[in-house]
Amino acid sequence: MVLIRDLFLQGAQMLLVLAVAPLLVGFTRKVKAWLLRRNGPPLIQPYRDLRRLLRKEIVVAENASWLFRSAPYLILAATWVAAALVPTFATGLQFSWTADLIVITALLGSVRFFLALAGMDVGTSFGGIGASREMMFASLAEPAMIMIVFTVALVAGTTQLSEVADFVFAHASLRVSLALALVALVIVALAENTRIPVDNPATHLELTMVHEAMLLEYSGRHLAVIELAASLKLLLYISLIVCMFTPWGLAQSGSGPTAYAIGVGSYLGKLAVGGFLLVLFETSIAKMRVFRVPEFLGAALMLGLLGTLLLFVSRTF
Amino acid sequence: MTAIAIALWGVAGFLATAFLGVIARRSSKASQLVYLLSLIICLVILAISTRQLFAGAGEVTAMRLPIGLPWIGAHFSIDSLSAFFLLVINLGGAAASLYALGYGKHEEAPERVLPFYPAFLAGMNLVLLAADAFSFLAAWEFMSLSSWALVMSHHRDPENMRAGYIYLVMASFGTLALLLAFGLLAGPAGGYAFDEMRGLIHTAWLPGVVLILVLLGAGSKAGLVPLHVWLPLAHPAAPSHVSALMSGVMTKVAIYGFIRIVFDLLGTPAWWWSIMVLVLGSVTAVLGVLHALLQRDLKRLLAYSTVENIGIIFIGLGLALAFEANGMTGAAALSFTAALFHVLNHSLFKSLLFFGAGAVLTATGERDIEKLGGLIHRMPQTAFLFLGACLAISALPPLNGFVSEWLIFQAILISPTLPQWGLKLVIPAVGAMLALGAALSAACYVRAFGITFLGRPRSTAPASAVETDRMSLSAMFALLGLCLLAGLLPGYVIDAIAPTTTHIVGQAMPVQASTAWLSIVPIERSRSSYNGLLIFAFITISTLLIVNAIHRFASRATRRAPAWDCGYPDPNPLTQYTADSFAQPLRRVFGEFVFLARERVTMPRPGDPEPARLEVRLRDLVWDVIYLQIERSVAFAAERLNYLQFLTIRSYLSLVFAALVSLLLVVAIWS
Repeated sequence: MVLIRDLFLQGAQMLLVLAVAPLLVGFTRKVKAWLLRRNGPPLIQPYRDLRRLLRKEIVVAENASWLFRSAPYLILAATWVAAALVPTFATGLQFSWTADLIVITALLGSVRFFLALAGMDVGTSFGGIGASREMMFASLAEPAMIMIVFTVALVAGTTQLSEVADFVFAHASLRVSLALALVALVIVALAENTRIPVDNPATHLELTMVHEAMLLEYSGRHLAVIELAASLKLLLYISLIVCMFTPWGLAQSGSGPTAYAIGVGSYLGKLAVGGFLLVLFETSIAKMRVFRVPEFLGAALMLGLLGTLLLFVSRTF
Repeated sequence: MTAIAIALWGVAGFLATAFLGVIARRSSKASQLVYLLSLIICLVILAISTRQLFAGAGEVTAMRLPIGLPWIGAHFSIDSLSAFFLLVINLGGAAASLYALGYGKHEEAPERVLPFYPAFLAGMNLVLLAADAFSFLAAWEFMSLSSWALVMSHHRDPENMRAGYIYLVMASFGTLALLLAFGLLAGPAGGYAFDEMRGLIHTAWLPGVVLILVLLGAGSKAGLVPLHVWLPLAHPAAPSHVSALMSGVMTKVAIYGFIRIVFDLLGTPAWWWSIMVLVLGSVTAVLGVLHALLQRDLKRLLAYSTVENIGIIFIGLGLALAFEANGMTGAAALSFTAALFHVLNHSLFKSLLFFGAGAVLTATGERDIEKLGGLIHRMPQTAFLFLGACLAISALPPLNGFVSEWLIFQAILISPTLPQWGLKLVIPAVGAMLALGAALSAACYVRAFGITFLGRPRSTAPASAVETDRMSLSAMFALLGLCLLAGLLPGYVIDAIAPTTTHIVGQAMPVQASTAWLSIVPIERSRSSYNGLLIFAFITISTLLIVNAIHRFASRATRRAPAWDCGYPDPNPLTQYTADSFAQPLRRVFGEFVFLARERVTMPRPGDPEPARLEVRLRDLVWDVIYLQIERSVAFAAERLNYLQFLTIRSYLSLVFAALVSLLLVVAIWS
């Protein structure tokens, strides 16, 4: 009985992240439009886009290989698994212990690996430039992420996300190292989701050729799957931030249905606030030149390293 | 028969096979026979070493043969440390022999490879079996020389000649350092058997000197920066199955030498040893992968990536030293297990990568990735296998490379409890370097795979390539299968390493096979756990779900059309992104600092039909600062001492006499 309930909760989490992810993208687009004094597309526009893409014929380049055609599914599957392992509305779910923070980071690394290869598969120069820049960003963003993980793990004494959330919930206090980690994580999240100031998800200009350049050859259902994976990744990063730094409202394992309802409600609220802050930041800043980005990400790496060093010096920071 | 006797008979078998290779080198069946015999012997030694490993930590079988120096004899033994490394080496050897059953047919000069290949295997096995300094050094030198002969098998190429020369110099230097290390370890009584060395109490300064000598000796064979310079030259020069052996396996023999002397013979470590090992390891890891990122030669790229992985292994060993010095045996066991796990992992995927590079080389005759491309269409199975190995070596879950790095990260997370300030400041930086190395290695392998196998053919060679033979493919499939198994069921691997860890560190990691769902739990469940099997199952199930849903609800219409490329596709394959352009952003971020990279663009004036030029100058600082200086000073000294060649016989005799007298004086003063 308990097992069935746990499996149900885990399944609910998987479906929740998949269902909410396009809504989050729609919400950020709407808020951005409001901030720019536009009306903006309706909230459910991303779902409509997905449906339209799914119904279209796909056009595959003549020399595309099996890798090109299977990569979208692998990308979505791995992102989905990673997103389902981050506590959203409850901690200590059935499979929360299969992967810790380092594994989630590395899973996103696998996603990026396949995305970059898919970009290079057709052999166009745009795909190559996108893959090359993506890997350059990742070469700094990933160590920064590991340093953030170290900082958080040293504070909480664990790399398990559920345990981290429980720890922060129980021993909430302002800590220098956690503040450094938060700033670094925001920078990494911006870069990983190719948001302004690193890249602009709304355009196809050559200046912003990173993420979109790798997808240029995709169409129809492949593109729909990749777009869904991208929105899941945005959701994942916001979930990660809210779960580690504001775990209030999360349902503990074994609590009643009300707790879970509160968990879902507060999660959606936190997502909305996170999305709003993201858009607010995006509209107030200009996009950087590509070769400024390493400095930006280098700052995140240094902040993460500083946080870790402080904790090596004394656990009280 | 005891395990050691079987192993020694195996070595004798290798030597007999080598002899057979000499006799029958002209016959057409010779290569099949030599590789088949090597395969069988490798499998036999693999079986007995596995049995020995599972027999437990204290299990030692020893033997003394009346060969070697008359008053010492030759001691041989297998304990759990040598059993683990025997397993790794013969696994790699068996895979290489299986691969060579197919690959060896393409060899242009089999008579230069066949005698030395089994001899090389014999040398590596003997190093692991040796239990006294003399037989260890003799076997070590035998291994070096036979691999040198293999490096020189295509000796007409001037580049290979240079590689062979540098390798020979570095190998001799390494053996010299080890010779001195053993000399110090033997103590005043001159006990050269390992058993006698273990019991000795050393003076305060001696272990430190021995450590430095071992870092020089074993480090030069393993490819530790700055002693790595020979490795990216020599490993690619050999035939590909030998490259796989040298990179995947011989470097592990060097790691064994380091562990044997530093962890086993030298007694309790001091904490500052670990700082040296950690700093060297992390510098090696990052510098190796940065070099690999900029290579165009596929095999050289793989060789530089070996340098990186050796760095990762040394980071694990350094952490183990740090914990052991502070009596934290549990944490030491974790780091030591991580290092050994990476030893196994690297031997698997690096062999696989070299086999793939060999398959590409035979199919296209090309090692320069700028001339390859699109091979995924012509060689789909090799492409798949190479991709698997790239994923594994880039430390991506759920494959095996990730597990060992994850274990090292877990070990780093325990290290704030270490009392020394030096370690507290160094270890976070080491963690950052390790993470940087992992991320850069992903970039490196995206580049290697993407340029070689994806896109369109950049020259005529890859356009007409054909899939490699079945023997080579089966060797590669076996290795990829092992990579996947070690990644999905890491608990069993950790448990298999446990006897070795207990033997060397005094404690093993908790037993993993009994944890729920076969997760690995290094310390306790609430702290960290990882389950590769479930992650793999989740990804597989979700992929199937998505594919199923898409095929049910989405349009199935598919049309093949020319590439879109934003509306301006260029049919010329030379307009594709090249390996150099792929590496350019990273070169710009890291190269200016590490390689003093300078770029110069010469643009012709408008209307001038001359081509524009981009010149990139990179400097290998290790080579320029250390090796060129040494070369210069040697040349200077040789110039100065030149006149000694033209003395009279009387002067020579008086020189000899003076040398004798001064040496006797030294001995008199010493004792």
